[in-house]
Amino acid sequence: MKPAGMSELVWAAVLVFVAAFLPWMVNGYWLSIGVTAMMYIALSTSWVMFSGPTHYISLATGAFFGVGGYLVGAGMSDYQQSFWLMAVIAPIVGAILAALIGFATLRLSGVYFVIFTLGLAEMIRNVVSWVQNNFLGSRGLYVLTDFRDQHIYWMLLAVAAVVYLLGWFISRSRIGFALRIIGGDETVARHVGINTATAKVILFTTTGFFAALVGAIIAPRWSYIEPNQVFSPQLSFLVVIMALLGGAGRLWGPLVGVIPFTILWEWVAIQFPNQSTLFLGLCFLLIVYALPHGMVGRIEELRARMRRGA
Amino acid sequence: MLDIVVSGLLLSGTYALVAMGLNLQYGVARIMNLANGEILILGALASFWFYTTSQVSPLLTLVFITPASFVVNWLIYRFLLTPLVRRAKTQGALEVDSILATFGMSFIIIGIVVSIEGGFFAYNFLLDPISIIGSTTSLNRLVAFVIACAIGLALYLWLNLSRSGVAVRAVSVSTEAAGLVGINVPRVSAFAFALGGAITAAGGVLISTFITLDGSIGVVFTLKALIIVIMGGVGDVRGAIVAALILGLVETAVATLIDPGLTLAAAYLMFILVLLFRPEGLFGRRAT
Amino acid sequence: MIRRSLMKIAAAGLVASSALVASAAAAQDVIKVGAIAPKTGPLAGGAVVTQWPNVQLWVEQVNARGGLDVGGKKMTIELIEYDDKTNPGEHIKLAQRLAEQDQVDFIVAPYGTGFNIASAPIYGRYGYPMIAVSAITDKMEELTERYPNLFFTLGTTTAFVDGVKEILVEQREAGAIGNEIAMVNVADAFGIELADRARELFTEAGFELVYDKSYPLGTPDLSPVMKGAKDSGAKAFVAWSYPPDSFGLAEQAIIEDLDVSVYYSAVATSFPAFSGAYGGKINNVLGAGGTNVDDPKVAEYRAAHLEVTGKVPDYWASANTYAALQILEQAIEGAGTLDRDVVTQYIKDNSFDTVMGDLSFENNVSHKFWSVGQWQDGVFRGVKGSNVDGAVPVRLKEGWAE
Repeated sequence: MKPAGMSELVWAAVLVFVAAFLPWMVNGYWLSIGVTAMMYIALSTSWVMFSGPTHYISLATGAFFGVGGYLVGAGMSDYQQSFWLMAVIAPIVGAILAALIGFATLRLSGVYFVIFTLGLAEMIRNVVSWVQNNFLGSRGLYVLTDFRDQHIYWMLLAVAAVVYLLGWFISRSRIGFALRIIGGDETVARHVGINTATAKVILFTTTGFFAALVGAIIAPRWSYIEPNQVFSPQLSFLVVIMALLGGAGRLWGPLVGVIPFTILWEWVAIQFPNQSTLFLGLCFLLIVYALPHGMVGRIEELRARMRRGA
Repeated sequence: MLDIVVSGLLLSGTYALVAMGLNLQYGVARIMNLANGEILILGALASFWFYTTSQVSPLLTLVFITPASFVVNWLIYRFLLTPLVRRAKTQGALEVDSILATFGMSFIIIGIVVSIEGGFFAYNFLLDPISIIGSTTSLNRLVAFVIACAIGLALYLWLNLSRSGVAVRAVSVSTEAAGLVGINVPRVSAFAFALGGAITAAGGVLISTFITLDGSIGVVFTLKALIIVIMGGVGDVRGAIVAALILGLVETAVATLIDPGLTLAAAYLMFILVLLFRPEGLFGRRAT
Repeated sequence: MIRRSLMKIAAAGLVASSALVASAAAAQDVIKVGAIAPKTGPLAGGAVVTQWPNVQLWVEQVNARGGLDVGGKKMTIELIEYDDKTNPGEHIKLAQRLAEQDQVDFIVAPYGTGFNIASAPIYGRYGYPMIAVSAITDKMEELTERYPNLFFTLGTTTAFVDGVKEILVEQREAGAIGNEIAMVNVADAFGIELADRARELFTEAGFELVYDKSYPLGTPDLSPVMKGAKDSGAKAFVAWSYPPDSFGLAEQAIIEDLDVSVYYSAVATSFPAFSGAYGGKINNVLGAGGTNVDDPKVAEYRAAHLEVTGKVPDYWASANTYAALQILEQAIEGAGTLDRDVVTQYIKDNSFDTVMGDLSFENNVSHKFWSVGQWQDGVFRGVKGSNVDGAVPVRLKEGWAE
């Protein structure tokens, strides 16, 4: 095992430990920013696990997230189940769904894969709405719990930590190796005897599992679940964008993408309450031009320069 | 049955309007334009605004908003997107950059639109029933359909018969090869992007005459356009039109025969099935 | 390292905001009021009609009067507003900000059922009285028990369905419609909830739903829905719809010349833009809401709304939204303090003179609201409601000509 890999893991452990104290260190407002950031860190990191090495851009995050949130809402509101039971069921359903999608998309590549996942997410949202309308009926999906932001924050932190650890192991395993070769050249990968299908499906299933889990954890925070908000395609895009801003080539890319991005987002929302969408758009453009390879690219460039200087 | 064919055809006209522009922008200029729906909304806003403030007919708005959108989109490509195209080493890198940049643009346009009109663009134009072979429909949908057909036909003929059209098609097949045979690829790309934007804005004007839109609904059209372009096969006008036809007819048939609640689900199912059997879309070329 | 810089920024923010608080405290003659609602996103189209103009109107009017009289001291209102982009996560974060960072004295309840319920725990924790308007639910009892500072003013899901049911029953007795009803709904939270309740109540009342279909949010072509409803032959059409599709359904009904005596569509039918788009064609269309324009108070309010904001208010929740702000205003003045617990208690114990008439709360719920209105010659008048005066008789829909 390379020492660099180990030190990365130690760093991650320290960060997780420090991050766990956030609820005692800041007020409720900063904690709620922390929750948002942690949600995107967990989602983007699990997205990067699959899409980073393979270069397959998935826009299905919203579908899995939605399944998680929706199942918690429906289970608690219409069937009086406990949050914990639904939080266990939700990621399993998300994983099964992701596995099916994984198998279905094996032949697709490039932009066809991207838009396929998007279309699939939209189909799932429509089917869920239709089933609820015709068979379940509803008086609104309420998720009323006594959780507060710090509980949700810790749960998300735990998920993010697990995702990171898993990603770290995978990138050092046979599967991780296989994924990188797929990202390089899929035909080559097949020729050298790598079972590209299994590797892809396993990883995609993992991202589905975690996205649904995050959706389930966020549901009590939202308190009231509307299919059209919980299955938002915008979430899928934002997860991709935060990962890309950070840099999808590294597992820690999302971390350095999400945190500054969330703070920037907040700053814009406060400074320009009437035109925050417009100014966010301007920020996006500036970032794209100023950071060609995301935050990771910039950080590694600085590192290289420092080493050269030293 | 007749109702399904008539309504379905008219709806596919709408979809073709939504998708033809993006098809040019993605297929030729290689820009995955997530702000496509917002350009459509800009066209719709112009139409609504001129109609409600000075009773300008949307058909007249169409005449001057189409070239205006051409110019705006040309400027966008020339000054905002060209730097990204230049620095991108691979198609993948350009895709990532254009997703980020056009997502930003979509936010900017939403911001501009809601500062002009935050509510619904509700107005009525040519809201008169008309009977086509025994099936009732509205005049505004029919007009939009006829213009969509005209645009589609003109585009097809131009691409296949004119010199410049052939150049555009050459770029859509391969930028490298087109460059080798002496085609000015950056110019053709800018032209295709601008033309795509012009068609999209024209679509917005027409669609606003029969669908009530608002500043934030652009993403719905972007999603539909992406689906149709990919279903038809990137860079193929015929593909986009056939895909639009399939979606329009399937949606109307499902709504009439099975359950309106399943229309969109059925449309996406069709899309998924097409890709499962033809991973490069209906008319797409296998990647080499 | 990243954590540290995050905390540094946090610390800087704290210092900056405490400086602000200090300077505000020095000249404590302003009341800070926070408002969060969508300016962009799917709900923005409704919020810019019903929510934002009323907040603007209220603040301008109060400040033009020299402010609120709080225990003998005149205090003007400073409004702090944010755009939640119709995103629950964003809304929650901003609500926390209002409470902790901006430390506002009072808040305006959000726009939309989901957002009111999502922010109730936060506002509850800080004791903000929260007079919800655009929030309709059948769970009021459970919610107000959980959040004792949450008030409801616009009625329940059941009340809305009941209003429509009463009209249907009356018209059946009058012989204008038969037992058959064609019903459609948008397959999203509120649409599903209303349709679910309606299925129950309409069937109990002996009606038969000969056409009962949903359509997805964002359906581009509603003509198959309307053709289906038309083919069912029912003389009554009920749509539990949202803003964009309330317009779309009306358009299709005009095209199909839907032959019904009762036509109802839910949200946004009461928007001025609805009659702006379809003019006389939608005469005698029924919709959710209603108002009594002949009431001098309402007339005065509507004139002021137009003058200050440049916009015509809708004929439903606009007045309720303004009334909720009047309640807050009178409660602060009546309690004579900015202490939120005292003000909340004052709201519970007293009755308020508002544009909607005298409003008071029974277990945190006001039972004075309009449920069904009707476009009658260019004005959307209330025809059914709870404890409201000025309901006019329902007219029958007779064709869709101008």
